Amino acid sequence: MDLRLIQNATPSEAERQAIDELLGPPESAWRGSVQRRQGLDSHTSHGGHALRRNRHMLLPALHAVRDATGYISPGGLNYVCQRLDVPPADAFGVASFYALFALEEQPPVVAHVCDDIACRLNGGLKLCQQLEERLGPEGSGDGEMTWHRSPCLGLCDRAPAVLVQRAGTDVRDEALAPTDIETVLQSMAGENVGEPRFAGEGDGSQWAPQTLDPDSDLYLLRRIGKVDPENIDSYRASGGYNALRRAFDIGPDAVIREITDSKLVGRGGAAFPTGRKLGDVARAPARPHYVICNADESEPGTFKDRVLMEGDPFALIESMTIAGYAAGAEQGYIYVRGEYPLSLERMQNAIDVARRRGFLGEDIMGEGYRFDLEIRRGAGAYICGEETSLFNSLEGFRGEPRAKPPYPTQVGLFGKPTVVNNVETLMNFPRIVLEGGPAYASIGTENSTGTKLFCLSGSIQRPGIYEFPFGVTLREVLDAAGGVPEGRELRAVLLGGAASSFVTPDELDMELTFEGTRAAGAALGSAVIMPFDDTVDMTDIILRIAAFFRDESCGQCVPCRVGTVRQQEALQRLVAGKTIGSVEDEIRLIDEVAQVMKDASICGLGHTAPIAVQSAIQKLHLFNGRSATT
Amino acid sequence: MFGAGGGTSSYREAEETDLIILWGSNARETHPIYFLHVLKGIHNGAKLYVVDPRRTSSAQWADGWLGLDVGSDIALANAVGREIIAAGLENREFIERSTLTFEEYKASVEDYTLEYAEKETGVPAEAIRELAHAYARADRAQLCWTLGITEHHNAVNNVLALINLALLTGHVGRWGSGLCPLRGQNNVQGGGDMGALPNKLPGGVDVESDEDRARFENVYGSKLPAEAGWHLSEMFEAMETGDMTALYVVGENPAQSEADMEHALHLLEGLDILVVQDIFLTKTAEMADVVFPASASWCEADGTVTSSERRVQLVRKAVDPPGEARDDIWILTEMARRMGVNWEHPTAEEIWDELRSLSDWHGGMSYERLEAEKGLHWPCPTVDGPDSPFLHGRLWEDPPAGPLAPFHAVEHAPPIEALDDEYPMRLTTGRRLESFNTGVQSGGYRSPLRRDETIDIHPEDGLRLGIADGEMVRVVSRRGEVEVAARYDGILRPGLAFMTFHFPDDVATNLLTINATDPKSGTAEFKACAVRIEKIPAEARREAVAAAAGGGS
Repeated sequence: MDLRLIQNATPSEAERQAIDELLGPPESAWRGSVQRRQGLDSHTSHGGHALRRNRHMLLPALHAVRDATGYISPGGLNYVCQRLDVPPADAFGVASFYALFALEEQPPVVAHVCDDIACRLNGGLKLCQQLEERLGPEGSGDGEMTWHRSPCLGLCDRAPAVLVQRAGTDVRDEALAPTDIETVLQSMAGENVGEPRFAGEGDGSQWAPQTLDPDSDLYLLRRIGKVDPENIDSYRASGGYNALRRAFDIGPDAVIREITDSKLVGRGGAAFPTGRKLGDVARAPARPHYVICNADESEPGTFKDRVLMEGDPFALIESMTIAGYAAGAEQGYIYVRGEYPLSLERMQNAIDVARRRGFLGEDIMGEGYRFDLEIRRGAGAYICGEETSLFNSLEGFRGEPRAKPPYPTQVGLFGKPTVVNNVETLMNFPRIVLEGGPAYASIGTENSTGTKLFCLSGSIQRPGIYEFPFGVTLREVLDAAGGVPEGRELRAVLLGGAASSFVTPDELDMELTFEGTRAAGAALGSAVIMPFDDTVDMTDIILRIAAFFRDESCGQCVPCRVGTVRQQEALQRLVAGKTIGSVEDEIRLIDEVAQVMKDASICGLGHTAPIAVQSAIQKLHLFNGRSATT
Repeated sequence: MFGAGGGTSSYREAEETDLIILWGSNARETHPIYFLHVLKGIHNGAKLYVVDPRRTSSAQWADGWLGLDVGSDIALANAVGREIIAAGLENREFIERSTLTFEEYKASVEDYTLEYAEKETGVPAEAIRELAHAYARADRAQLCWTLGITEHHNAVNNVLALINLALLTGHVGRWGSGLCPLRGQNNVQGGGDMGALPNKLPGGVDVESDEDRARFENVYGSKLPAEAGWHLSEMFEAMETGDMTALYVVGENPAQSEADMEHALHLLEGLDILVVQDIFLTKTAEMADVVFPASASWCEADGTVTSSERRVQLVRKAVDPPGEARDDIWILTEMARRMGVNWEHPTAEEIWDELRSLSDWHGGMSYERLEAEKGLHWPCPTVDGPDSPFLHGRLWEDPPAGPLAPFHAVEHAPPIEALDDEYPMRLTTGRRLESFNTGVQSGGYRSPLRRDETIDIHPEDGLRLGIADGEMVRVVSRRGEVEVAARYDGILRPGLAFMTFHFPDDVATNLLTINATDPKSGTAEFKACAVRIEKIPAEARREAVAAAAGGGS
């Protein structure tokens, strides 16, 4: 490619080193080497396909630059582009797509303070105010450190949450929750503030309160807090790798049959039959096949996949290996959201250990099957949880969704047949393989089989992840978590996430199954259960949701790009009492925009962005009785 | 090629081939439409190799770039051939069945070892080996070239050296495999096909064949010269000797496009009569005794054009030519009438149909069919038969139809003008994306990409000579000198400089170039001359600035 590099921008030594560490030293002066190879570089160069095949290293390379200096400098970008043969304008488009990449110089230490729904109920806004007092307004700072407001960090159960990123010589990301201003400043100053490192330091109740109950019948959560997540032998001693052994014994076709018989459906929100996806990829003639674990858990209020990765990482590796074996794949990717440093660390450790011990790589468990995994770290983009956006992001492009069909099972990652599943979905594989599909299908209800993780946060006594067989009601789950705090009254529950709807206290007997929620006009989504008590200003909550979708719309299609902005503006006018026309006119406008977004957006983000707002307006009667102004 | 003057492949094949070699071609800038086909090919998985002294924007797309020294193409091609034979990668079946004189060729390349070629071309042996193996092992391959091959004193030998490689590997005469000389203008191919060559009648027919000539004489009702005429360089020689005293120029600007320009101007001035027919008042037209304002062939006249892929396409008249400008056909028929022959005023289609009656290549190409099929590739002899996206499929028949394809042993010969202490820099010339040749057609509009003429040099040369980026310098060759701004360009290497000739009014690059021509094609060696670059003394520069400032006030 003929690169038009940014004029007069050279990489710093630190940036150069960081990129070379990732990609290896440059081949020649044409690829940015400082040394001109006498005679050779004047007369030959290599590039073309061999270089452009590495396009998928763009996102990791941008991370490397950011880690080195705290931002993507023009010089760093130039060098990345030379190494990967990507035009700088193109790479700039990619870098600027992600919230965690700054393109203007900024201090190397950044605190991302969550001001999303759960955290703003529990001290997030106060933290923002305190940081503003101590460090100045958002984005400013003394050159050493700065702070930004952030969408949901997936630590809702321990709100308020802050992600501290340190770049430069002491590269470290640290998620703090629950936290306070002094802890945040200490962490930003580089002090060790002592987050729990592994289960031995806790009993698991920090993630999953049910683990304290000796009678609870947990499956997905059974190792959380009990088995050392950094030790493969602990994992094996607790039944780990029995399922993969059985998968090898029964063969890939039988694995697919068991998964199909189990009636397992995707836990990411779309509820697609997992067995069918697996079978379609296994049968697809194009090669190679890929397996992807979608761990870009970004739906506000959702943190179940983080708990699984932090608390039981080897189980995810075993599950993905089973999926790869069934689908005929030799390579898998785990796309973890960039805001999950502990998940990234534990998954990377688990992969390294598994590879060393022969559970990944050539000839797994001596069965002649070859499979390996790579982690890809997201960089702050909700949309990348959409599977085709995830492909684009992983391939080194802007994380914009693709048109479907073709579906990923035929044309997925790198244009090849791809199985992509959410963490929780995959984590059911071992049980299904070991106990058999029919046994698994007997758990739960007719159409929603197995157990389900629910993410409880907000106005709730004991927040955390809860596991129940399908069929449990919303009331039962809320009761298990202790209900709303003493002396308060339940006003509404956000069920399924920001892309789903609010339900009211008179709907608590709703069965939390795919069919039960659908029948009630709601959706299970990513199993967020976020109650709000009577002290909460619900207009503030829906304004935050509207702001979230405006920020996270990728901008590719007009209905979503414009619609999310119009929705937010209309809400702001309603809340401020400065409507154009009557209140009814504004609500009609919101409904009309919503219809266009549902009809014409490319992906689910646009389809679902108005749901919570509309349901709040309708069910909670937020603007009833308000009068119009001129 | 093999007797027919045209590329063997259609553009579309570049999209469906496995390997593309651009040899002496910066198609990215100079053939941007063809390069779109190349990009589609790359997108579909084709590998690209670029052979060019400069690491051009085309080379930057390449899987491999071979930056040979200017004029060492035969050394490189012969080494590629030798390596293919040495590695046992030649296509034995094709060679035995369809070619002649392989053994002579094999013997002739014996001395062109990789080591020798590295020394002679500067390209590392390993890169040459890689190209040889990639080309020979590709299932389908396109070998394309442009003026980097033909603007040399040994242009024809350069071309033959490349054809040898195609014969060696069988990369010709199959869909996706072929030889593509990319032509410089939209209708260079058509001009030659219509007989605007000194040795050819329309349809590639040899002037000197009595039998064929008689056919044309019958239809034309007139005697035709029985000998080949002069090509361009010979015409200038004839002007010099006084054998030629009248010149009729149609759509050319020799006053600015000839090598050794000063000399060319002198000869044009010495003519008894100079007639120019053009759509612009070019420098040549300014010198002319008579100027015929002509019509723009893409919108003011009916007719056809033929592209490098031998594809004839209809052009339809959309507007009348302005003022006194006239259709070329009208001008020519009026000329004939004043000379006492009444051709009446035929339409473009009537002339075309006459051509079809004489040229086997075009026999089947009725206007109706050209319109319906959006152009046809010659040869297309019959109205109900197919056209020919690629040529020489006959070589793959068993036994091959028609004559076998001979290898031509050719030897490396460096550029005429060697470098020495007095003229130590190699100057090569070429074109840029946003300008066209002498600028007659592209100088009239603005382009955000256009910048003034520069002499591009490697930054190391700049430092060595004490010349800053952007500094005005004097470039001197044995024939002339020009003043021009120096521009640092890392795609060159120390000792190699580059200029265009897009701005002859400002910087007459062809004052520097050498008028050493290929004896067979008549093309001059625009690609290689020896120069030195001098700093302009500060005093002189101040005076020049003062003069410019004074002139402007």
